[in-house]
Amino acid sequence: MVDARRREAGDAAGVHGATPASGRWAGRRGQRLRIGADRPITASAMTDTTSTPPSATASRALVELAGIGHHFGSNEALRQLDLRVPEGRITVVLGPNGAGKTTAIRVITGALHPDRGLVRTFGLDPDTAGHLVRPRCGVVSAKPALYDRLSGRDNLDYAAELYRLRRDKDRRIDEAAERFGIGPALDQLVGGYSTGMKTRLALARSVLHDPELLLFDEPTSGLDPESSMAVLELIREMTTGGRTVVMCTHLLSEAEGLADHVVIMEGGTDLVAGTPGDLTHRFWPNPVVALDAEDNRLLDRMRAWPGVMGYRRDPSGARVEVDDLRRLPDLVAGLVADGVRLTRVEPHRPTLEDLYFAIRRQLSGDARSSGREAASALDPISVGPLPPTPTVAPVAAPFAAPVASGGGDRMPTIDVPDAPPPPITESVGAPPADDDEALRGGRP
Amino acid sequence: MSSPTHPEPFVWRRMWVVARTDLKQLLKSKDYWMPMVALGMLFFVVLPTALLLTLTHVGSSTVAARISDTLSVLPPEARAAVRGASPGARTAYALAVYLFAPVAVVVPLTISTAVGAATIVGERERGTGEFLAHSPASTREIYMGKLIASVIPGYITTIVGFATYSIIVNLVVGPDVGGWFFPTREWWLMMLWIIPPFLLLTLSLVLRLSARVKSTAAAQQASGLITLPLIAIAYGQATGSLVGGSWVGGFWLGTIAWIVAAISLHRGVRSVTRARLLGVAQ
Repeated sequence: MVDARRREAGDAAGVHGATPASGRWAGRRGQRLRIGADRPITASAMTDTTSTPPSATASRALVELAGIGHHFGSNEALRQLDLRVPEGRITVVLGPNGAGKTTAIRVITGALHPDRGLVRTFGLDPDTAGHLVRPRCGVVSAKPALYDRLSGRDNLDYAAELYRLRRDKDRRIDEAAERFGIGPALDQLVGGYSTGMKTRLALARSVLHDPELLLFDEPTSGLDPESSMAVLELIREMTTGGRTVVMCTHLLSEAEGLADHVVIMEGGTDLVAGTPGDLTHRFWPNPVVALDAEDNRLLDRMRAWPGVMGYRRDPSGARVEVDDLRRLPDLVAGLVADGVRLTRVEPHRPTLEDLYFAIRRQLSGDARSSGREAASALDPISVGPLPPTPTVAPVAAPFAAPVASGGGDRMPTIDVPDAPPPPITESVGAPPADDDEALRGGRP
Repeated sequence: MSSPTHPEPFVWRRMWVVARTDLKQLLKSKDYWMPMVALGMLFFVVLPTALLLTLTHVGSSTVAARISDTLSVLPPEARAAVRGASPGARTAYALAVYLFAPVAVVVPLTISTAVGAATIVGERERGTGEFLAHSPASTREIYMGKLIASVIPGYITTIVGFATYSIIVNLVVGPDVGGWFFPTREWWLMMLWIIPPFLLLTLSLVLRLSARVKSTAAAQQASGLITLPLIAIAYGQATGSLVGGSWVGGFWLGTIAWIVAAISLHRGVRSVTRARLLGVAQ
């Protein structure tokens, strides 16, 4: 059914799945931050800091917005927005309130015609072929947009009729209701539903017609954490059939582990876009390890050790940027040999939250320009300048390993050549399964 | 880059679905339809029954004779058509046929205006406009569906009220004027040919307002300003067509009203846009 519709729309557009703007897009965006969009990414890729070279052949984009601008009176809702939604992926659009996320969704379905720019959804212009685009989209808005005076079944029936589902309408309604856990309440008035049930009903309605593109605008808005998790789980399930999803949210925790592709918006424009892993790598090219010790001032000796690319210490411990995560056992051994009693050694996995705030920090610190221009000039994020070397008093370490000769700022017992990176120490223990990918991610 | 244009088909079923869903919501809202029923009852049942019973069964023939004097204001054709042997019967006949004609105009226009004023702005206020804006339904289908959903409550109330009124009139006045006489030819013309276009004309304007204003309250305020003059015009024209005694005049009046209504409806379609359903139109 989906394929048939796709063909129909493609034929109507005369493009047969082509993405008219993709060439221009790929060329222009390749110079910026839109990298690795076609690489299959799983939730675990959030921890992957491997450098993934951008693919030369971009995957088919179901949605392409280029140079979109739109005003509401004097308010500029969208300003030169570029957005590319890869097919079969979950694209999470992150941004604060007022960033233009909702307006972008409205533009995608053709519910709103932008003042300027190019829109292609399924290769079609929603302005002139909205009736071919909208039947292939399922939308859940921040407010569930349900008819309170009707029952859940009536709401679904209304949608089914508008989407012209005839023969198996009742079966689809029952299946969708069961799938989203609202079967028992289906014949009750929606006005009596809880917010969570309304969201579930809205989700059920959005998939009733088996759309190719799902657009969720802050679907967990107003839900308690438990309901939010349930809704996110449902969204995750919905994508297993290869559906393309665009989810707008300002809650970073929601995007974590869900996003295959991330777009960060602010002020009506896209700041950065790419897969989480690639963006993380873009901003943190080197692995970071969080360390702490009973006396964490003693950790400062690491800052000049070979392979340590950056070092920052605060009361909660030190964040050490290393050229290769495989150095970690040697670093630990060196510290222990120096008598440092470590209380924490944790390879840091940058999260979307880290990424989001890092980008925003850089932007707010960039006085030259704002928005995307600044984003395009973003530098890899460092763990920060090295603090001045404190005067460290000798620490009694009754249970520490014997201090080897040559302590202080040098790594005393481990002979690590400066370059190239040292051979992998075989003594590195097998990391926990969850950490496996993160550790491998450090391999250059 | 130019985009090929794809003509958007008009799907009648979608239009009915929009109308049906609106009507279903209306039926489930007692607070909405109870006043409609009350209004219809008042104008089609309570007032006529009370007035006609008073006239036909009143003890004092002086009162009836005085009221009968007012029949002199009727045109000769209308006076000639009045049946009844006694002044009371003639007065009752004249009231039944001529006085209550405006009732048939006021009721549907009032009810349909109340429904129509809330129909589009209501979608926006409830947030369901977002659903419609993203749905495959075209703005024409939505507009026509909303129009039908607004027409039906008023017109159904009027038809039911008219049937009830006919029975009451024939039962109360009929025995004094030689049998069942209502509805007359002019009433049929008014109910089926004159009132519908006035109703559509009014609603085409009310829906435009509903699409443009920011709240249901504002829509109802503004629609009152539109419907009052229209009610006055319809009142005058309907009464004239009845009193004039010529159904040909009524036919042409209706024809003109249909043409004006069709033009107004055609122009009104453009008032419903997806941006307005979303509440972001400028």
